[in-house]
Amino acid sequence: MRTIRLACAALIAATLVAAPRDAAAQAAGQAQQLQQQIDQLRQEFNQRLSTLEAQLAALQGGQPAPTPPGQAPAPTTVEVPPGAAGAGGPTGPLPVYGAAVAGAKVFNPDMAVIGDFLGAAGRNTVDPQPALEMHESEAAFQAIVDPYARADFFISFGEEGVGLEEGFLTLTSLPGGFLTKVGKMRAAFGKVNTLHNHVLPWTDRPMVTRYLVGGEDGIDDAGFSVARLIPAGTLFLEATGEVYRGDSGESLFRSSKRGDLSYVGHLRAYQDITESTNIDLGTSYSYGHNPAGVVKDVDLGRFTTQLFGADLTLRWKPLSRAIYHSFVGRSEAVWSRRQQFGGRQDTMGYYVSGDYQFARRWFVGGRYDRSAHAEDASLVDKGGSALLTYWPSEFSQVRGQYRRTNYADGPAANELLFQFQFSIGAHGAHPF
Amino acid sequence: MRSLKLLLVFLLALPAGARAQGKLTVVTTIEDLAAIAREVGGDRLTVESLARGYQDPHFVEAKPSFILKMQRADVLIAVGRELEIGWLPPLQTQSRNGKIQLGGAGYLDASLNASILEIPTGQITRAMGDVHPLGNPHYWLDPENGKRIAKSIADKFSELRPKDSAYFQQQLASFTSRLDMAEQRWLQMMAPYKGTKMVTYHRSFPNFAERFGLDIIGYVEPRPGIPPTPQHTLDVMNEMKRQNVKLVLVEPYFDLKTPQAIGRETGAEVLVMPPSVGGVKEVTDYFKLFDYDINLLIGAIKKSGAK
Repeated sequence: MRTIRLACAALIAATLVAAPRDAAAQAAGQAQQLQQQIDQLRQEFNQRLSTLEAQLAALQGGQPAPTPPGQAPAPTTVEVPPGAAGAGGPTGPLPVYGAAVAGAKVFNPDMAVIGDFLGAAGRNTVDPQPALEMHESEAAFQAIVDPYARADFFISFGEEGVGLEEGFLTLTSLPGGFLTKVGKMRAAFGKVNTLHNHVLPWTDRPMVTRYLVGGEDGIDDAGFSVARLIPAGTLFLEATGEVYRGDSGESLFRSSKRGDLSYVGHLRAYQDITESTNIDLGTSYSYGHNPAGVVKDVDLGRFTTQLFGADLTLRWKPLSRAIYHSFVGRSEAVWSRRQQFGGRQDTMGYYVSGDYQFARRWFVGGRYDRSAHAEDASLVDKGGSALLTYWPSEFSQVRGQYRRTNYADGPAANELLFQFQFSIGAHGAHPF
Repeated sequence: MRSLKLLLVFLLALPAGARAQGKLTVVTTIEDLAAIAREVGGDRLTVESLARGYQDPHFVEAKPSFILKMQRADVLIAVGRELEIGWLPPLQTQSRNGKIQLGGAGYLDASLNASILEIPTGQITRAMGDVHPLGNPHYWLDPENGKRIAKSIADKFSELRPKDSAYFQQQLASFTSRLDMAEQRWLQMMAPYKGTKMVTYHRSFPNFAERFGLDIIGYVEPRPGIPPTPQHTLDVMNEMKRQNVKLVLVEPYFDLKTPQAIGRETGAEVLVMPPSVGGVKEVTDYFKLFDYDINLLIGAIKKSGAK
């Protein structure tokens, strides 16, 4: 590029020098005009050149904000402050360090913040929620680490403080078809456990996962995950094995010593039935030590909990009208075997839900819940919800949910829950 | 860390070295790229597109069945410019295929040598809708870009299969010269209709309009990705009446209700015009895409008396 500029300048110089001297007097006006034209051309040429260079640089490096044409680039020097000169100190412009590393910003991770605002009206004396709460603000940082891995961090800011919801490394190109994750993550137990709050089709989590699979946070722990595809023709068959430290939820898993690890296994089968309909089946298993036997910080009981899960998802989305109509039916059932003082509690719970998109921005849904309490199989709660969701755009969502809960040991609750969700920053992946 | 990386490199090198130099397995995100890859690759590859031509390429579902296809791919060709940002990255991550990761030898962003329009300048915010910060990704609807995409693809194939390089370059030359001829024909066909004004649903046709001298004066969407609003629809109708615009172009995956209301009010022809190969059944390759669209357009211009 520099040689082109030089050539251009040389050409202009040559043109000026080559003007015949004797004709100069009468052609002076003409020459001046010509020079002006040439200068103007040169200026235009340089401007276009720098625009192109900036665009090229932006394309090659994905660098943002090329300097607009006609505008000087940001100065990289500053003047010595008045009064500070002299006494052998520096004079004139000083270099500004740091400007040279501005290019490093291209390696910043994709960042997004998702707000989840919840409100509740109506009466619930058993498990009351605040009338209004900024339930969770999730900050996501995602980027590729090196040619072999990517990293994802999700930090959630809730009413109780800040927590690392997930932070893990994914090794994307291990031989043998292993997809390996290391870090803190939501375990692959069923469907809902893997989902972040903002991609749930409801304002709350189903009763069965709250009661039996670790409460609001679910099985979310530090550990390893290895998933492998099992060749089965057109059937997508994936087996996942995970090992965690053994601390999840309020009362699900608690490790008292290093050996008290918890384990999760998941087998997922997925098949396209037609181009618009598909079915997703999964079975899950989890095992770990529970805190029921912990007395004064000593695990006297050495009790364990085993979880068995089954999930089914049926999706319909006609391809040519994919943005207007869809249906997702889901169900999950979980069986819990929890050892505790007084004997093992064998409990079960499930939910069935359906969501239908009837217009580009509108969804209706319903859910039926039934679950026993993990600690007491005789207490069985039931509930039902009806939902209406509106999407102003891909980046925000308003949802209302009517929820009725029949508690085994308390008065029934009728509540109206509503939710505002909004996301800023990088465009995240659409949930599937 | 270094020893771990070395181990990884070593393990990765094993299957790559042992692999036979058979047909290239190519996966593309949209059918247009598959069509061009087929022209360039001839009988030396198998190619499959993830999205269908009648599907909105912004909103493809990241189905696990796509993971199976991508797991076996030697090459993944994407449109780029963040068109597939909502669905391709998780599929890449889960594909367990190092070749087709961003920066991998088998990953090709087809937009890198293409001429891209509508690159936003100044401050970009989501108040502008689902704006693409790297420019309009619907760039394949211009035969000149078709040639550039084909060249990128041929170069990528040659890089991966040096033995077949001459074949790919020959196929590229044949495709380019056939496309040159066809382009001359299309330009002649469209020449009488230069400057025809129209409205399109989404910003899918800027490259097409620029190549064939059409004048897109507005959009049914108030902003990219934002569904029509009554006020905006009214504004579009008034503007169409003022400028005597008689054509509304709609991509096959959008609802026709608003465009038809605009058509009734302004007397304009509403055309369902596929921006992609496979958008309608008879459009089976890149040439037929232009043949179909241009014939459709000329028919409608004649019928509506638009100019």
